[in-house]
Amino acid sequence: MQPILKVQALSKTFKIRDRFFLRKKFKVLEDISFCLSKGETIAIIGETGSGKSTLAKILAGAEVSQKGQILLEGKVIEDDGKRKTSCRDIRLIFQDASKSLNPGITIGKTLNEILLMNTHYDAAQRQESIKNNLLKVGLLAEHQDYYPHMFSGGQLQRIALARALILEPKVLVLDEALSSLDPSVRAQTVNLLLKLQQETGLSYVLITHHLSLVKHMSDQTLVLDQGKVIEAGKTQALFIKHKSKITQRLLNC
Amino acid sequence: MAKFNFIASLNGEELNKSPLRQLWRHFKSNHVALVGLWLFIALTILATLAPVLAPYGVNQQHSDALLLPPSWDDAGDVRFILGTDDLGRDVLSRLINGTTYTFGLAILTALITTLLGVILGVFAGMSKGVRSSILNHILDVTLSIPSLLLAIIIIALLGPGLLNTVWAIILALLPQYIHSVRNLVVQELSKDYIVAQWLDGANSWHVLSRGIFPNIYEHIVVIFTMSLSTAILDISALGFLKLGAQPPTAEWGAILAENLGFIYLAPWTVALPGILLFFAVLATNLVGDGLRTALKKRKAI
Ligand SMILES: Nc1ncnc2c1ncn2[C@@H]1O[C@H](COP(=O)(O)OP(=O)(O)OP(=O)(O)O)[C@@H](O)[C@H]1O
Ligand SMILES: [Mg+2]
Repeated sequence: MQPILKVQALSKTFKIRDRFFLRKKFKVLEDISFCLSKGETIAIIGETGSGKSTLAKILAGAEVSQKGQILLEGKVIEDDGKRKTSCRDIRLIFQDASKSLNPGITIGKTLNEILLMNTHYDAAQRQESIKNNLLKVGLLAEHQDYYPHMFSGGQLQRIALARALILEPKVLVLDEALSSLDPSVRAQTVNLLLKLQQETGLSYVLITHHLSLVKHMSDQTLVLDQGKVIEAGKTQALFIKHKSKITQRLLNC
Repeated sequence: MAKFNFIASLNGEELNKSPLRQLWRHFKSNHVALVGLWLFIALTILATLAPVLAPYGVNQQHSDALLLPPSWDDAGDVRFILGTDDLGRDVLSRLINGTTYTFGLAILTALITTLLGVILGVFAGMSKGVRSSILNHILDVTLSIPSLLLAIIIIALLGPGLLNTVWAIILALLPQYIHSVRNLVVQELSKDYIVAQWLDGANSWHVLSRGIFPNIYEHIVVIFTMSLSTAILDISALGFLKLGAQPPTAEWGAILAENLGFIYLAPWTVALPGILLFFAVLATNLVGDGLRTALKKRKAI
């Protein structure tokens, strides 16, 4: 079966300011490749600064890579740093939901804007879609008249989820999206994510420090270190047998 | 599906409000600021309805009543509540009409500055690289000159007159305004929700109008009040220095300058415009300060 998301030899360098006017190149990602099938989850783990967030941003289109391709269902969407289509099939969920929602306007307005920009729905269809999506993530239709500050952390993460899902994406990138939640809310959210995956065949790219989440949710695991993939494979196999010391250290903590 | 209690997180009436209503609640609880707001509204009404409210014409002279003290004085006359000046003009009528010039014109000046400042500030904030750094350096230079001095320099080029004063003050206030708006925009741009908005497929206009603007307009009102109090002071200062409004225009600063020679003979003609000026600036600053603290309090929750 064709993978839904295929990443080939993705590389990214940042130019950072050095002494005088010199620019220093700093490799954040080097030759990252992986495949993700429909309805599967890939976990990406690594020490801090290993480039996980950068990878997430590139996948979602918030940053561009320098080399390599990203293919979605066999179609190239990013080729050597050029984003082909402004595609909304890969959506990013931020770590801090309270910061990723516009505090000045209501939830309904935020969602409505997204539909306005990306679909040809009329007002009634947009309303319908907003309602359905809020219900889908376990909120109420009335919540659309609320401002972000009126919600708790767990609810905000659900809203962020609704925002990502409203355009019916194929891949969700969760960059530490569950880390800031307290354990019981996190468990609820994980269950919600798994349920959505079963129902709609979503694929997840899960970036997290929580090994229990990796074990519970992911099919494959990718270990990053200083921008390179040092180990990859089926999650269960990787947890039992791994070669590198860094993986060992990550799995022990 | 997990059921969770959304009521629990919404307890406390405070949370259950739009940001604007929250702001108003905080503002209301500050009585001093509220007094400032009433004073501000009163001055605005006075400025717009001056010709209707004033008992006499601005330059209507009463040759039978020269330098009459206010009516509560023994020598005063009830017809002229705040007395008359050396030409027999009613001080009250002149002061009420002066509101239009000093306060009303200052509001107009500040509004035009706001319009220009917001447009340029947003432009400066959204642009990157060389363009933004050139703009920054120009702003830094102009910012280091006090606004009144800058206004005087511009007047020297344009020539004295009320309209030129307005232009001079607009140009003098603009750098500070652009700078503040630019900082606000840059601050907002770095936030997560703006990145999220780009990812939602928004263009610059969307990001600006739906993302940035709803979150900074209250701060712009605060900047507006600050430039308004500067504008009031600058208009009257230039009027006083005979660079702005020229007699017999009833601008407060010009009235002050005109009557300065009678300070011992008729102190009310000098004191009253001074007191009004004080209250106009005080009201503006109280409102601005109240807004600023309210904004800070709202952020703290
Ligand atoms: N815009 C940028 N310019 C320059 N360097 C950057 C930029 N963004 C990130 N970096 C650098 O790239 C490296 C990887 O950052 P990244 O945020 O992807 O790490 P991470 O794996 O997500 O870490 P963490 O686990 O702490 O979230 C870091 O060393 C960081 O300093
Ligand atoms: Mg990160």
